[in-house]
Amino acid sequence: MTVSSYLERRWDVVLGLTLEHLLAVGIAVGFATLIGIALAILSYRNDRAVAVLLVVINTLFTVPALAYFGALILIVGLGWTAAITVLAIYALLPIVRNTVTGLREVDPAIVRAATGMGMSKSQRLLRVELPLAYPVILSGLRVATVLIVGIAAIGAYVAGPGLGTLIFSGLGAIGSVRAMPEIIIGTVAIVLVALVLDAVLALLGRLTTPRGLR
Amino acid sequence: MSTARAASEPMIRLDQLTKHYPGQEAPAVDGIDLAVPQGEIVILVGPSGCGKTTTLEMINRLIEPSSGRIFLEGEDVTHVNPDHLRRRMGYVIQQIGLFPHQTIAQNIATVPRMLGWDDKRVNDRVEELLHLVGLDPARYRDRYPKEMSGGQRQRVGVARAMAADPPVMLMDEPFGATDPITRERLQNEFLRIQEDIRKTIVFVTHDIDEAIKMGDRIVILAEGSRIAQYDTPEAILTNPASEFVEQFLGSGILLKRLNLSRVEDVHVATSEWMTIGPDSTAEHARQLLQQSGRTHLLLLDDQRRPARWIAEIDLDRQGGFPAELSEAGTRVQACVDSRATLNDALQEMLLNANGVAAVVDRDGAYAGTLDLETIIAAIREMRAKALDEASSTAARGVT
Repeated sequence: MTVSSYLERRWDVVLGLTLEHLLAVGIAVGFATLIGIALAILSYRNDRAVAVLLVVINTLFTVPALAYFGALILIVGLGWTAAITVLAIYALLPIVRNTVTGLREVDPAIVRAATGMGMSKSQRLLRVELPLAYPVILSGLRVATVLIVGIAAIGAYVAGPGLGTLIFSGLGAIGSVRAMPEIIIGTVAIVLVALVLDAVLALLGRLTTPRGLR
Repeated sequence: MSTARAASEPMIRLDQLTKHYPGQEAPAVDGIDLAVPQGEIVILVGPSGCGKTTTLEMINRLIEPSSGRIFLEGEDVTHVNPDHLRRRMGYVIQQIGLFPHQTIAQNIATVPRMLGWDDKRVNDRVEELLHLVGLDPARYRDRYPKEMSGGQRQRVGVARAMAADPPVMLMDEPFGATDPITRERLQNEFLRIQEDIRKTIVFVTHDIDEAIKMGDRIVILAEGSRIAQYDTPEAILTNPASEFVEQFLGSGILLKRLNLSRVEDVHVATSEWMTIGPDSTAEHARQLLQQSGRTHLLLLDDQRRPARWIAEIDLDRQGGFPAELSEAGTRVQACVDSRATLNDALQEMLLNANGVAAVVDRDGAYAGTLDLETIIAAIREMRAKALDEASSTAARGVT
């Protein structure tokens, strides 16, 4: 069976798995963004808090995915929850690191001017620091997204969603006619998803960055 | 004296204000007492590390004082909400700190928006301020800071600080980062604006010349923000209170004093030098020159603007008639107008071969000349006046 004849017969399955893959990545990045930006905002004014936060998140990043899955199966069982939790953990690092960097790299003179005009801490954060850090935060989000599109493939190991299912199915059936097409289609689709998401986020950045910061 | 002072409470009063950073032996600011009268520019000047910026930043409590009190219009603001306090004071810093993600109009509108002004009022105010600082609103209001030059950004910084019409402005080396020509222009513009708005301004600089030019009063600070002298520029220049002040003023005191007087304040001679119109002949010029007994005469152009200084030898060089007078002699490099300082006039004199400066009126037409004797007389007069004042103040102090 060739790749094209496989696609012809099972395009609906491939499409469904691709959408699942996108959804899982989207949910994971969404959670990671909320948690990551919150952690960054809570810590960025304090050198020590930033150091501790980054050490913890770096450590979480270095733990292999399979170890997480093993542990998570015991807690939440097989399925989407385990897969998305792991993806969100990996997405945290680029998001937290870029948000902290972006907030801390705002020109101190601008912060001083804002404070001197009578902005409260929260006004300063919302009207000055976050908007100025936005391009850096968004690029962190982009890195995180592309990163976990690849990692998401392993999610199939714990009966998670996405194109990994196709690859594992192929690997499990090595020797049969559908093995190669499944592995190739799964891999290529994951690369395409990553490239498309990267382009979409780049475009989003271009469209939403204020003219004064470009 | 004392009743008059009590009646006109100063706009800002610092009472034993101190900043002592933990872990440092000597306080950065050591119990400063200072009264800033309403509507004046008071300059804090001193060597680096003397605590002038710390003092300034304690006034709007960007730095919280360790002890002492701050009064604004008689109200003790040492412990009020600092954000609300800061909205009552304009604040300009050397790096300006415009918000790069906002347009010029949005930048200027920052404080009015925080104070909850409606759109119409904010817009009108933005237009008014852009006009005031010499930027055409139609052209600049929707630009971003990076699309402006340094001088323009500094003007926007000043406009932003004045946006909600605060009674007080705090300025920390506001013109320090600009090139000398732009700086002078910004200084002059700001003085012109201040003539109208009459804000109470506390202004930090390390440049004594800027202090003399901009200040109604100058506070010379020594280490720990101790006041070495607090007085008008005239009084400080003519009567330095201590060796420290003298040293800080530097060697050119006499020249600095010349920054205090303007050409319009002194006698401009109108008939010392002969003038001649553009239609005259060289022969006529020679006759006039011989009659006057002077070394030069001044050629005016058809709009009576000073054009050239002509000596007898220049006329000889023409050889034969009709000579082109407009080619003879040396060109008048620059004229001083009546608003120029005596220092500017002196510069012009030194450039001229015959040691006089041509003075022009507002339209650039010839108004007279100024020579070195006039300037020396003006200095003598200034010094006498200052000594007079000093002795009468001393006498008042005794009674």
